[in-house]
Amino acid sequence: MDCYTLTVNGEVREIAGDEATPLVFVLRNDLDLIGAKLGCGLEQCGACAVLVDGEATLCCNRPAGEFAGKQITTVEALSEDTEGAAVQVAFIAEGAAQCGYCTAGLVVAATALLKKTPKPDRQEIASGLEDHLCRCGSHARVIRAIERASETLAHV
Amino acid sequence: MSNPGLNGHPTLDEWIAIKADGRIAVKTGKVDIGQRISTALAMIAAEELDVPVDRIDVIRTVTGEAPDEGITSGSNSMMESGVAVRLAAATARRHMLAQAAEQLDVDIDSLDVEDGLIQSRNTNRSVRYEEIQGDKLFEVDVNPDTDTKSPEAHRIVGGKIAPLDLSEIVTGEYRFLHDVKVPGMLHARVVRPPHYEARLVSVDADATERLRESGMDIVQDGSFLAVAGRDEFAVIRAAERLFGACAWNTGPGLVEADIYESLASNTRESRPVESDGVPQDKPVTPLADPPKSATATLEARYDKPYHAHGSMGPSAGFALRTESGLEVKSHSQGVYFLRSAIAEALDMDEDTVRIEHMPGAGCYGHNGADDAAFDAALIACALPGHPILLKWTREEEHSWAPYATAMSMKLRGSLDADGKVLDWNHESYGDTFMMRPRSGPNRAGAARLLSGRYRDDPPPKFVAGPTMGRHVGIHRNLDPLYDFPQKRLVKNLVRDLPLRTSALRTLGAFANIFAIECFMDELAEVAGVDPVTFRLNHLTDPRAREVIEAATSRLDVSTPPEGRGRGVGFAQYKNLKAYAAVAVELEVTNAAEIVLHRAVLAGDAGEIVDRDGLAAQYDGGFLQAASWAMAEQVTWDRDGITSRDWETYPILGFENVPELETVLIERPGVPFLGAGEAVSGPSGAAIANAIYSATGLRLRRMPFTPDALRAAAMDA
Ligand code: FES
Ligand code: FES
Repeated sequence: MDCYTLTVNGEVREIAGDEATPLVFVLRNDLDLIGAKLGCGLEQCGACAVLVDGEATLCCNRPAGEFAGKQITTVEALSEDTEGAAVQVAFIAEGAAQCGYCTAGLVVAATALLKKTPKPDRQEIASGLEDHLCRCGSHARVIRAIERASETLAHV
Repeated sequence: MSNPGLNGHPTLDEWIAIKADGRIAVKTGKVDIGQRISTALAMIAAEELDVPVDRIDVIRTVTGEAPDEGITSGSNSMMESGVAVRLAAATARRHMLAQAAEQLDVDIDSLDVEDGLIQSRNTNRSVRYEEIQGDKLFEVDVNPDTDTKSPEAHRIVGGKIAPLDLSEIVTGEYRFLHDVKVPGMLHARVVRPPHYEARLVSVDADATERLRESGMDIVQDGSFLAVAGRDEFAVIRAAERLFGACAWNTGPGLVEADIYESLASNTRESRPVESDGVPQDKPVTPLADPPKSATATLEARYDKPYHAHGSMGPSAGFALRTESGLEVKSHSQGVYFLRSAIAEALDMDEDTVRIEHMPGAGCYGHNGADDAAFDAALIACALPGHPILLKWTREEEHSWAPYATAMSMKLRGSLDADGKVLDWNHESYGDTFMMRPRSGPNRAGAARLLSGRYRDDPPPKFVAGPTMGRHVGIHRNLDPLYDFPQKRLVKNLVRDLPLRTSALRTLGAFANIFAIECFMDELAEVAGVDPVTFRLNHLTDPRAREVIEAATSRLDVSTPPEGRGRGVGFAQYKNLKAYAAVAVELEVTNAAEIVLHRAVLAGDAGEIVDRDGLAAQYDGGFLQAASWAMAEQVTWDRDGITSRDWETYPILGFENVPELETVLIERPGVPFLGAGEAVSGPSGAAIANAIYSATGLRLRRMPFTPDALRAAAMDA
């Protein structure tokens, strides 16, 4: 069995297991970080998104070993992050989830977007979310939540 | 008023419990599937009991513990559980006030409640709910005639609150069934045949031996084959290897004939549907010639393909076979029915099977949830003592969960000299929507659980008869709400269609309303009347008129801006539940792509409880219906389903989200009307009508893809 380390939410974690296992399983099963969801395992839906060195990254199909030495941030740690916290508050204010299965991935994507583009227009929001799907139809609320978060951040 | 939940569960203790710490438990048989029913029920209970919403715990539904309220479906939850919980909470309040009056030695009418503190206006003496009732049984029945608060006194109901659980959802802490983790748990995956008709002939013994040596458990029962092990990803890989080691008898494969041909020509069972939406057990009268006085007669056929539920999280099930029974966790919409089916299939006593509802991804009907629970149960029974968490793969969810049937709707309408409808004919054709698992004669429970049909000694195939209930199935919203002097309505349950079908949000209503509302526009044009006036000319129901006016006064469909089209659609769900009118503005680009610009959704769902949750049902329902209408169709060939993931079964993404405005009509004190499915049909129709307004192309078959638009333009 391999042993390797990953940096997750600021902590160095020892992982005992096959480095070829996609990161999402390591986060969920070995580290009990269940925010990233398994939606497809095919990089088609966005449910598994995490931040890797600040970039929203789908991790359901890429070996965990590839992420060694990088900063992995999961949705669980985003309340400690300026943009992340603003996004979470805005999602609640806009009621931007129904079943919530896609939501953690969207919060991650929205956080990454606002870090890069603090005042995104509709086009930029759409492209920031292009890897993501939602079946419940929360889209319009998610977009409004991102605009709301962007406004709050402009005033801090 | 009779309430199905209260009829079966009349005692107050079955609905409400006051805890010693002051928290209040509300029990319900309706499960939260993202529609926020728990939030609405908590608001109703908090209102009647005069406590803040955060003091209420809506308890997860568990068989044997929660009231059996059947299935969470059909937009019934507010009318059933909402009413039951309101009456239960009011009874509880009354009961505690009576006791308080005695204890404080004051008149009951002098008592007020604030945050669970019962206080006498006369004496200033007080006592808390939990001091009277904490951890005690009420031992009284819910009084169905008890007074409930008047709408003017409402402080919580009708307001806007953040949905329960949302703060845990956005921080990723919320646990879905998929996130269950218990000591010693094994992950499991099923190895499915290539398609419905294939059966397992043999599995390569060397391959299974190697997998067993690597620590995997392999479970086989006939053509049901599964792998379980400690490491989830290793199990996924083992399942892939095992599939490669299987020899299948694939038989003749799936029938590839054009589905709309099959809908028109296969054998069918036809029933006339009378004007209140109820099919009749009598022969269908043949279509007569149009009335002599008709000045114009129009005919059209509309088609809708098979649709997938497409839950974002593939279905999952948890099971543990203990010495005394079976523990199951499921995101099924009907845990009691599921229990009856599982107990029947496993030949167990129902009382030894316990099913706890846990949230899954939005399902919108009978998706793979029940099947996955049964898969987990089968594996657990083969590996007693081991907790099993079984997950379907994305491909499995897309290719094995039931679909909403493809449908065809044939309409013929005649106008009189005043441009009013004189005669209306509507026949709908489709497969069944009614395949939820439930025990029954000839092992009907096992027959309606997917893997039940692949085990050794499978039960006979379950063939659903035509459902005869009001608006249940293909004929949901077949009966238009419009005042037409003469209507002939027929439902046709078509046999021998290729795919597995069952309930998806709205059942037949989505297709029927699409057809009715497009045909109304077609007739309006012939009559030379604008679509809104034409509808209003045929509608006396004031609430129906009001939603249409609310939507179209905000987005005037008769004056689309240059280069764009506008359309309207309307219905009252089941002619009984919430009303919805939708006005849409869109553009069709040179690449034949539809860009949605604006949508105004007007709704009347009776008294509003959870304002934002209700709005979310409308705006979420619109976007889902837009996706059905514009993007989706299940595809297959001889070798199986070919729409197996999000690339081959595309849905609407974030790139095409219009400016959405949701207008809710205020109806304080008026009965709740279920709203979860109200907007879907009108949305599909409004989009089709707006495409016509933009392009002059009448698309009568979904999905409205660029290919479909180009083909229509070629034919025009
Ligand atoms: S689970 Fe990773 S993109 Fe779907
Ligand atoms: S909220 Fe259910 S999938 Fe997005």
